[in-house]
Amino acid sequence: MPEAVAGTSVLEIRDLRVSVEGKEILRGVDLTVPKGEVHALMGPNGAGKTSLGYAVMGHPKYQVVSGDIRWAGESLLGKLPEDRSRMGLFLSLQYPTAIPGVTTVNFLRAALKGQGKDLKARDFLRLVKEEVDALKMDQSFMSRYINDNFSGGEKKRMEIVQMAVLQPEMAILDETDSGLDVDALRTVAEGVNRVRQDGMGVLIITHYQRILDYITPDRVHVMAAGRIIASGGSELVAEIEKTGYDPMLQAAGIAAEELAAAAAAAR
Amino acid sequence: MAVAAKDLTKDYKYGFNDGDEFVFRAVKGLTRETVLDISRRKGEPAWMLEFRLKALEHFRQRPMPTWGPDLSGIDFDDIYYYVRPAEEQGRTWDDVPEGIKRTFDRLGIPEAERKFLGGVSAQYESEVVYHSIRKDLEKLGVLFSDCDTGLREHEDIFRKYFGTVIPANDNKFAALNSAVWSGGSFVYVPKGVRVEVPLQAYFRINSESMGQFERTLIIADEGSFVHYIEGCTAPTYSRDSLHSAVVEIIAMPGATVRYTTIQNWSNNVYNLVTKRAIAKEHASVFWIDGNLGSKITAKYPSVYLMGEGAHGEILSVAFAGDGQHQDAGGKVIHVAPNTTSTIVSKSVSKGTGRTSYRGHLKVYPKAHGVRSSVRCDALLLDENSRSDTYPYMDIEAEDVQIGHEASVSKVGDEQLFYLQSRGISEADATAMIVNGFIEPFVKELPMEYALELNRLIALQMEGSVG
Repeated sequence: MPEAVAGTSVLEIRDLRVSVEGKEILRGVDLTVPKGEVHALMGPNGAGKTSLGYAVMGHPKYQVVSGDIRWAGESLLGKLPEDRSRMGLFLSLQYPTAIPGVTTVNFLRAALKGQGKDLKARDFLRLVKEEVDALKMDQSFMSRYINDNFSGGEKKRMEIVQMAVLQPEMAILDETDSGLDVDALRTVAEGVNRVRQDGMGVLIITHYQRILDYITPDRVHVMAAGRIIASGGSELVAEIEKTGYDPMLQAAGIAAEELAAAAAAAR
Repeated sequence: MAVAAKDLTKDYKYGFNDGDEFVFRAVKGLTRETVLDISRRKGEPAWMLEFRLKALEHFRQRPMPTWGPDLSGIDFDDIYYYVRPAEEQGRTWDDVPEGIKRTFDRLGIPEAERKFLGGVSAQYESEVVYHSIRKDLEKLGVLFSDCDTGLREHEDIFRKYFGTVIPANDNKFAALNSAVWSGGSFVYVPKGVRVEVPLQAYFRINSESMGQFERTLIIADEGSFVHYIEGCTAPTYSRDSLHSAVVEIIAMPGATVRYTTIQNWSNNVYNLVTKRAIAKEHASVFWIDGNLGSKITAKYPSVYLMGEGAHGEILSVAFAGDGQHQDAGGKVIHVAPNTTSTIVSKSVSKGTGRTSYRGHLKVYPKAHGVRSSVRCDALLLDENSRSDTYPYMDIEAEDVQIGHEASVSKVGDEQLFYLQSRGISEADATAMIVNGFIEPFVKELPMEYALELNRLIALQMEGSVG
């Protein structure tokens, strides 16, 4: 795989330490995801995977203590979430938030405007309609309040609709596969692959192999207790399916107590 | 989220004044002579003078209400109780004195009239200076005038209903209004007539320390329909003004009345208003009540469901910015069986702003088969913001369905982050959340007013995010 080079579109995370309300959640994460590649991030519950996504996107609760997050050669530290979005980053949330009273269409319109992409009303509506169709959602979702009374699966699909409309360069998908049935999973995976054709990079946070059957990762990373403990090719997925995380945890010298403590801190 | 304290008046675009415009102004303060003088100048019948003088006594005897917002700042001696802005009421805008006409131009009233209104009444200080009604409505027998004209030209019907819904001794401020009332609207819609375009009244206070006491009486005869809209603004002054209106609505059997208010007083106005409707058999009354401005508002539109099958709905939204207290809500009294009601209250508090929901739901013993739902939602934008709810329920009948839900939420960090992570700035994200929150209210407004309200909210939100 290519080494990170300043100035190219690479997401580089260097020795990143992040705390939430004074508790250290990420304890020195190193990770590099170039545009155009798919990386998977796996690991036991409470490993800090979701926190990493939030930290990259700039959630104010996730305080960077030390280290750096760089995108396309520029440090993201101190930048607001909207700036990071405008720079081409996207985070598909594990639990997307409902905004009552704000329709999907108005939400997407404001998002595109925020990105400086102000389409003509007709082109915009056509675009949204196409993506809603592609994710096999009913057109009525366009005029429904975003995520309000959506089922878990509908929320996940709506995240992918948003990604497809916003066309980011690097997307972090936080357990976008969880809670989806087989058909929905395929639909979502196809959606990701379609957007990926334009060279988007993807970091898939997941517990399961099944989404990786549809979106083959170039690299797989395993995270535990707030840091990356193993990285490898897609064969790592099969290995985890077979033996679980224990051998990797032992190899990394992470005892059960540390794992439990880290998980407690992440809660 | 970081929100800087902000002076609301900075963004209040109606705070201009056009200099004092009047042909007569009573001396400050309220005496028996003030009341005699108002009545004499209006050339009223004796019964009305008597009504006023009795009301004055009620006003004097009643203590200041202490159950609600803090009214201790009102100085009744530092108020002009009657200001006559012009000699004559205009039938065209050209008849209106130039300075006053300019004010209403700046407020966009003539333009709105041309575009989508069936009739317009424009009150400036104590009197209605301009009045019009579309000819076709006039031909159908629809009466729409200021209340003084209503008394003068239709005394029979006026006297039959005036003060019957809100008696002069109802409360201290209703008594005050009854003593010194002037202007306001008189509306009568004949049987079966549907007024499909809204009638609008606009109330403007112009001078400092002004007291505006308009009186509105709406009678919708059997099976008729009318939508009445009122708006109000005032210049920003350091001294307080007082607006104390009384609005009475009578919806006869099968009639429907919608009454929409967009209250946007400057934040030196005490807005203490009594609004009440009576709904007879199968009549419906809707109060759509938006409170954005004023220093303190105390207003609880009420519906008395007197006839079987009557329906009452109160949908209110309040926005309290720094230093404002919006004490609003609604009351529904189910007197007759099989009556239904809905109260939805949405309030937003920003900075040191404070909102209160004060509601009363009463069901009389014989009112079986009543269905009612009350929902109040409060949204707080800052740490200092405050919201309280005082929902009183007094259910004496069995066999009723009553629902009550209340929620208080802060503009959530998660909602903000979600919107921001999609490229929307924090200020825009906050405005979207607020607009979304009041969306159920906005969608009840005619489009022009919905746009206006969204714009006003945006103004209030502007610069609020540091």
